[in-house]
Amino acid sequence: MNAPTPAIGQPVSRVDGPAKVTGTARYAGEFAPDGLAYAAVVTSTIPKGRIRRIDTTAAETIPGVLAVVSHLNAPSLPYHEMEKRPQVDPKSGDQLQVFQGPDILFNGQPVAAVVAQTQEIADAAASCIGIAYEEAEARTVFDPGRGREPSEETAKGGRPGASGRGDADGALAGAAVTVDAAYVQAREHHNAIEPHVTIASWEGDRLTLYDKTQWVQNVVDEIAHVFGMDKEKIRVISPFVGGAFGSALRTWPHVTIAAIAARMAGRPVRVELSRRQLYNAVGYRPHTEQRVRLGADRDGKLTAIVQEAAAQVATYEEYAETTLQPAETTYSCPNVRTAYRLVEMDVNSPCPMRGPGIVTGLYALEAAMDELAFELGMDPVELRLRNHADTNEKTGQPWSSKELRTCYETGAERFGWANRIPEPRSMRVGTELVGYGMATAIYHADRGAAEMQATVFANGTAVIRSAASDMGPGTYTSITQIAADALGLPVDAVRFELGDSDLPTAPVHGGSITLASVGTAASAACEALRDKLDRLPAKGGSIAETLRANSLDRLDAKGKAAPGEETKTHASSAFGAVFVEVRVDEGLGAVRVKRMVGAYDVGRVVNPKIARSQCIGGMMGGIGMALMEQAEWDERFGKVMNANLAEYLVPVCADTPDLDVVFVPGEDTIFNPLGAKGLAEIAICGVAPAITSAVFHATGRRIRHIPIMAERVIG
Amino acid sequence: MPNDPHALTVTLRVNGEETRFDVDPRTTLLDALRDRLHLTGTKKGCGLGQCGACTVHLDGRRIVSCLTLAVMADGASVTTIEGLGTPDALHPMQEAFVACDAFQCGYCTPGQIMSAVALLQEGHCGSDEEIREHMSGNLCRCGAYANIVDAIRTVAGATDRSGAAVPSREDA
Ligand code: FES
Ligand code: FES
Repeated sequence: MNAPTPAIGQPVSRVDGPAKVTGTARYAGEFAPDGLAYAAVVTSTIPKGRIRRIDTTAAETIPGVLAVVSHLNAPSLPYHEMEKRPQVDPKSGDQLQVFQGPDILFNGQPVAAVVAQTQEIADAAASCIGIAYEEAEARTVFDPGRGREPSEETAKGGRPGASGRGDADGALAGAAVTVDAAYVQAREHHNAIEPHVTIASWEGDRLTLYDKTQWVQNVVDEIAHVFGMDKEKIRVISPFVGGAFGSALRTWPHVTIAAIAARMAGRPVRVELSRRQLYNAVGYRPHTEQRVRLGADRDGKLTAIVQEAAAQVATYEEYAETTLQPAETTYSCPNVRTAYRLVEMDVNSPCPMRGPGIVTGLYALEAAMDELAFELGMDPVELRLRNHADTNEKTGQPWSSKELRTCYETGAERFGWANRIPEPRSMRVGTELVGYGMATAIYHADRGAAEMQATVFANGTAVIRSAASDMGPGTYTSITQIAADALGLPVDAVRFELGDSDLPTAPVHGGSITLASVGTAASAACEALRDKLDRLPAKGGSIAETLRANSLDRLDAKGKAAPGEETKTHASSAFGAVFVEVRVDEGLGAVRVKRMVGAYDVGRVVNPKIARSQCIGGMMGGIGMALMEQAEWDERFGKVMNANLAEYLVPVCADTPDLDVVFVPGEDTIFNPLGAKGLAEIAICGVAPAITSAVFHATGRRIRHIPIMAERVIG
Repeated sequence: MPNDPHALTVTLRVNGEETRFDVDPRTTLLDALRDRLHLTGTKKGCGLGQCGACTVHLDGRRIVSCLTLAVMADGASVTTIEGLGTPDALHPMQEAFVACDAFQCGYCTPGQIMSAVALLQEGHCGSDEEIREHMSGNLCRCGAYANIVDAIRTVAGATDRSGAAVPSREDA
């Protein structure tokens, strides 16, 4: 057999590219089952209390309205306890139950839905629903003083109230050089361009959901538990996801609303949330306030890290983050203490957003490291090198691979870090101040159990199938490349089918685990298929010839892969170093990122073109986090005031700097046979503190509140 | 909707084909395209004119179709992404977007491409900076902007031999 050039490592164009650029890729809300009706959701306008009265008469008399649903007439749903909570759900508390009672837990909570023959009628009717509330006193202010320890379940899930090693406070007291600083990070919203949408369609007692989700099979599990249904009767379809960044990990209340509405209307129903509703209908990165204290000797060796964080949380559910993990793993330091607190508010529950927790903790830790470097009069890169963690000091395990030193070197070199004049305010171009900043990036590498089915056909093509998702990172393409190589076929002879819960098991499409999980399952399935081919009685040259020689139209095999012993023996992580140049116009308070270099150790890179896209996307996300993105919070009403894409600022094309991405060589075959570590989250890690440090270098002012908006520069 | 006494009849020329249908006067051009004509290539990201995902060409000019009522477009020519090319016969801009990997999730992409094609006609591809400025009404939350600019520059360079497409990189 003459094997084609290996596809792995090649900058193959996206296999789903032609479908996406021609508008033929079908996203969840674009399916059109016969008789489709349209829903509009009505949400609460108070943050806490109960519904006294709902007046639906006016809405019901509008021609074309098919059903009005609220707690007054919705079916009572069992919301069975699940055997095991999905890893994407908080470990403690209970999810919001839709239309099951009059209680209001946050502003923007769904309280009714109108189903109509058209969206226009549904929207108009929804605006005619009158609701009277009995208001209760709400906690809408973020007060860290009210912070409480996480529950036992949350602590067991890796988000403890206290953690660490050695005697951090003692070491801090005796440290030659110290830093003590407080940092604020605003509540951020994912704002994927595709809104969340679900189409529910019942046929008898069988339910089909076309849903925007990062985990089709978990939607089956969740809806089965909500409705007390047999899982076999539910199918979830989601071939394309228009971005999510964590917002589609969980099964949110609107999915249940779609299923209820479709049942009550007796027709398939689409629930598409408005941009405004998305600020409450799905989660967000929680507002978090931190204090970091560092102690070091005169040579810059860290002797103490104390990092404390307080994050907002809903009252009904306890979403907590691994915010303080970087304090324990990023640097070598004998004494570390962390303290994590949750501040309950009458808000909808936060949820993971790209780099959840880590990106938040790393922002404060890395900002403080820059302050320490300044106190010591030491180069920030040198300070990082002196505190390089040769092992994971939290777990005591060796790293399965770590090329972080090379990341610092390569990144610094490509950026021209050596040209940095250490003194703040010492670099200028015209009227603008110039600042250079850098930070470390770290994000733990994980994988989950996955299965794959592989089929080859007598015409020489192959299909691989798994219930995975592709919200944009290029899963369709990279896994096709892996399968093509494993089968010795060209990439265009292999098709990957995903996004259907009936397909073989796939883990959640989040936490950067897809490639390492589903990719290894693809290799396993294709190897199993090759074994089967080898054992066929008649031999042929190519796969097609072999099948034909054996009078077979097709041959199938299954394969699976799961994490093994390596998780006990080794710690695995992606690493990186980010370098940024900013320009600051002090008169206007405007901060502009001029260029950015990211050097990453992500193990083996399956597709450098797509991997680079992932990284520049993460960098843009980091620019948003550092300079633009924040929910403007109205404490009177417990409400986001800028719940739209014009007032909630996100980076636009004009904000795009020169972005340089480099992957340092390395393969992590201890972590998995493929050698890839995953790279979605790592790309946003470290960007914000690199930018805030660059702003200090430019201006000489420490702004410890992100995003750094103009008023914070001038103020 | 059928039998709606308030419905108005509109005639649109969509991607070269004339189509006539009754529509609720509240229907936006975007919703008419997506929900009535099942041309779902045009995307809805906000419905408020803020994201550009719904960009189409109306009588040759780019507009956000969510801020245009279908009845306002009566008699007009509309070009959507479906009218540009097909997976087997891509428009040069579509081809460049694939080659430059100018998207991730692909949801903003039809709108970006419709804007990009309009940009060529508007003559706003003189420099990277100009492209960036005139593409800033199209949000990409996946952050593919750098590649979008690459794609547009490539096509502009190929079609405009006057040498207008000069990448601008002033150095620090
Ligand atoms: S949907 Fe029209 S601009 Fe966003
Ligand atoms: S490619 Fe996802 S929003 Fe642009």
